[in-house]
Amino acid sequence: MAHDRKIRSGFERLLHWLNAAAILTLIFSGWEVFNAAPFYPISFPDWITLGTDLTTGLLWHFAAMWLFLISLGGFLIRRLILRKGIPLTPISPSGFANDLRAAVKGNLGHDLTVYNQVQRLLYLGVVVIMIIAFLSGLALWKPVQFSFIGDTMGGYEWVRRWHFWAMAGICVFLVIHVAMALLVPKTIAGMIFGFATSQRVDKPHEA
Amino acid sequence: MRHEIDLSRRAVLTGLAGVGSAAALGGASIMFPNANRNILQSVSYWNDRTQHFLFDPYKSAQTYDVSTITSPFPFNGFYPQSLAPNVDIDAWRLIVGGRTSKTLSMTVSDLRQLDSESQITRLICIEGWSAVGQWSGPSVRNLLERAQADLSSRYVEFHCSDGYWTSIDMASALHPQTIIALDFLGRPLPTAFGRPARLRIPTKLGFKNAKHIERVVVSNDWVGGYWEDKGYNWFAGL
Repeated sequence: MAHDRKIRSGFERLLHWLNAAAILTLIFSGWEVFNAAPFYPISFPDWITLGTDLTTGLLWHFAAMWLFLISLGGFLIRRLILRKGIPLTPISPSGFANDLRAAVKGNLGHDLTVYNQVQRLLYLGVVVIMIIAFLSGLALWKPVQFSFIGDTMGGYEWVRRWHFWAMAGICVFLVIHVAMALLVPKTIAGMIFGFATSQRVDKPHEA
Repeated sequence: MRHEIDLSRRAVLTGLAGVGSAAALGGASIMFPNANRNILQSVSYWNDRTQHFLFDPYKSAQTYDVSTITSPFPFNGFYPQSLAPNVDIDAWRLIVGGRTSKTLSMTVSDLRQLDSESQITRLICIEGWSAVGQWSGPSVRNLLERAQADLSSRYVEFHCSDGYWTSIDMASALHPQTIIALDFLGRPLPTAFGRPARLRIPTKLGFKNAKHIERVVVSNDWVGGYWEDKGYNWFAGL
């Protein structure tokens, strides 16, 4: 018998959607900012950028940075200090290969209370990339006050590239993440409403 | 069991409320672009305060070796380079006044009598690009002290021959690397780069480095600036 189980706290869901709003705002406004002085021979079309010009693009970017700070900081506090959340470790090469094979064949069990190793690596990876995005962003915003960050990244012009590639990495993650969520829509319900209709009935004592 | 159902119902309601308010905010920001511009502008003012807090008056902008100077150095302005004003150097005076005991009126050669600070620093444009250049001239602090300015005033304004103006906080004005540049690459400033005098402040974005300055005003009243009034962040600290 299926039953509802609370799998995500309100705090976790709040952080997730704050982060989603922050990331999307930062990416689309960041593209507007990039267009002002592109360092690669590309330009983002106006219809997809946030902001009608550099001024509004920057206003959005430097407002959303606070949401990003709060959501990323909240995530790190929750994981590292409160020690809450579905485990992201361990990951082993063989375990990852097994889960990847199962995922490709569509054989993964969809237990929403456990992350498979492919998910673990994706989530850990995007957290690292978000930290790089944050630090390079801080170094671009305040290259004098936070010169120590810029120094470790090779100086101001390199920091711009770090920030760009961190954005690109997050975009790749988003495509995979959203596609996977759409394949298993109950994960979306879980992240909105906090509970999951579990197919596992092996723990009747919890009911 | 009853308890669990309540929990789920509450979860559904909070979830819907969250999605609903996000949608409402998104919709409102499209329907009322002015309101959302006002909110964004308030965050920008809040960011000014954050930058006041982050600004360390003893921290210098990185300086570079002569070999790293960007050549050719890019021109940027609110008009094309050909429209840069040709200031009459003989008639030109730099006026330093406002909340000062004395009002200074200085010629280029008066300014050249003062101790000159030289720096090879990176000019960082709000558009993202940057370029390393060499500037020299007397420090703003030196001028303010000569005018016996009230150094507890909030702002220092810079007004220019081309109608441009900007303003900065007093702490940044007193920073040792904040200078009235007379020379670029060891020669008098070219017309395109602000002849005869420009502000060079490597702790702020490029648009704060006003060219063709003719008047410096110490003040407690907000005057914003040319770009700032169009929405660029006022503090613009680096």
